[in-house]
Amino acid sequence: MSSADIYREMILDYYRNPRNFGKLGKPDITAHDTNPLCGDEVEMQIVVGSDPKKIEQITFIGKGCAISVASASMLTELAKGKQLDWVKQLAKEDVLKMLGNPELGPSRIKCALLGMKVLKTGVYAYMGANYEDPEGTESTR
Amino acid sequence: MLQTETLDVAKIRKDFPILKRKVHGKRLVYLDNAATSQKPKQVIDALVDYYSRYNSNVHRSVHTLGEEATEAYESSRDKVARFVGVGPRELVFVRGTTEASNLVRYSWGEKFVKPRDKLVTTLMEHHSNVVPWQLLAKRTGARLVFVGLLRDGTLDFAQLEKALSESPRLVAIAHCSNVLGTINDVRKICSMAKKAGATTFVDGAQAVPHMPSDVDAIGCDFYAFSGHKMLGPTGIGVLVGKRSLLADMEPFQGGGEMIREVFPDHSTWNDVPHKFEAGTVNIADSIGLGAAVDYLSSIGMARVRDHEVKLLKYATEVLQGVKGFKEYGPMDTDARGGVISFNLADIHPHDLATILDEDGVAIRSGHHCAQPLMNWLGVAATSRASFYLYNSYDDIDALKSSLERAREIFKV
Repeated sequence: MSSADIYREMILDYYRNPRNFGKLGKPDITAHDTNPLCGDEVEMQIVVGSDPKKIEQITFIGKGCAISVASASMLTELAKGKQLDWVKQLAKEDVLKMLGNPELGPSRIKCALLGMKVLKTGVYAYMGANYEDPEGTESTR
Repeated sequence: MLQTETLDVAKIRKDFPILKRKVHGKRLVYLDNAATSQKPKQVIDALVDYYSRYNSNVHRSVHTLGEEATEAYESSRDKVARFVGVGPRELVFVRGTTEASNLVRYSWGEKFVKPRDKLVTTLMEHHSNVVPWQLLAKRTGARLVFVGLLRDGTLDFAQLEKALSESPRLVAIAHCSNVLGTINDVRKICSMAKKAGATTFVDGAQAVPHMPSDVDAIGCDFYAFSGHKMLGPTGIGVLVGKRSLLADMEPFQGGGEMIREVFPDHSTWNDVPHKFEAGTVNIADSIGLGAAVDYLSSIGMARVRDHEVKLLKYATEVLQGVKGFKEYGPMDTDARGGVISFNLADIHPHDLATILDEDGVAIRSGHHCAQPLMNWLGVAATSRASFYLYNSYDDIDALKSSLERAREIFKV
């Protein structure tokens, strides 16, 4: 796969016109993280609805490469309306599929997964759990 | 075109085995020299030769191998010292520039820096010339002050004078910026700092590999650089220090070799520079650095510099023709190292580096370990192409056509 495939029209569109970009007035969850390798930054905010607990509103702000911005933005769209348990089930493969299964090297895959890491960190903390990033040990690579 | 009027690049490239490598089926165009340089076979051979013929510990072994290794290690020190115009007893082998600034932080800083002292650095520094001083300030109760830059990316001397008027204890500055390429007039700065009573630390990591360096003439107290950026192996670098100052400082690490005598309740220290070289030193890589210095000397540093200025001029001209190309740093190529930091339209540097990599073009993208400078530039990251003696006009042409391809992919 060449980068012409990675940077498809859809990715570029989300990069330049990110959906759900902004902040919420009274979020129940705020989570933030950076990728120290390149300075990519994502913050997500969520308003949690009840019965069952679900993501009622979700926004993000951040800066970074096309892959990290598009991934975070698309993830907010995907997550909206989902139950919190869905976030726990969410896996790396789901995010990559959402992005069209781009062939990313070990350094760039972190860009793709930064949004998921922030979402999971926030939701897990809200549910009283700790999210341990499986990629965490190589965060500085 | 494989030749500037200064260097025969085709001939030089033959000495670098890695440059034969293909990346994604393309010729490797290596433009990440400010991060690390490639190694000529002469350096690789020196390492192999040491390990296969006379591998032994230095200084304490009386047998033949030990004497040969000691001779090679110390003659490397002589060579490297001569290369930068200092005496061998002023030259401490360390792991790299980062270890050098940390050595100064511990051995000099914790002895001589007092609460409320001022430590001065600048906005164009690599983190290795910022964070050790931050830690030192925190530990001692001193205050770290940053001197800013003018719009063209050169040092703001008015701010420097103001900082010096407060009689700082330390002035720490890069000889050449790793992002902007700005070459600082460190001779003038050190003389100003000295008049203000400050001790001076110069980070020469981006200068020594690329231009003639006369550290003695600069008049600084400390000068540091890394071997791996100047054709040498990783894991070896240099701290140059004034002998009287090195003698007054506390040891860095305790252990073998750095002592004169050890008693149960106290120890006395070995002479400088051995006082700062505790434990088994990095014998192989210091020998490798000696070979790198031989290689660079055989070409001549004035010619290396001249070659890079030509590449920089060519690159600046050619890349300006790429729509959306924005360059950072001084436009005066005589006051700038062979480094171009840039952005291309709204393409994030990491996306750009991924696309360029497909064409075999290796550049750096990110904050280049210089976040205060990125903030000053008002960008999150830049892309950076940096040159060395094996680069030529064809590499810059390859960079240009890859940038054009990136514009197509990003539709800008």
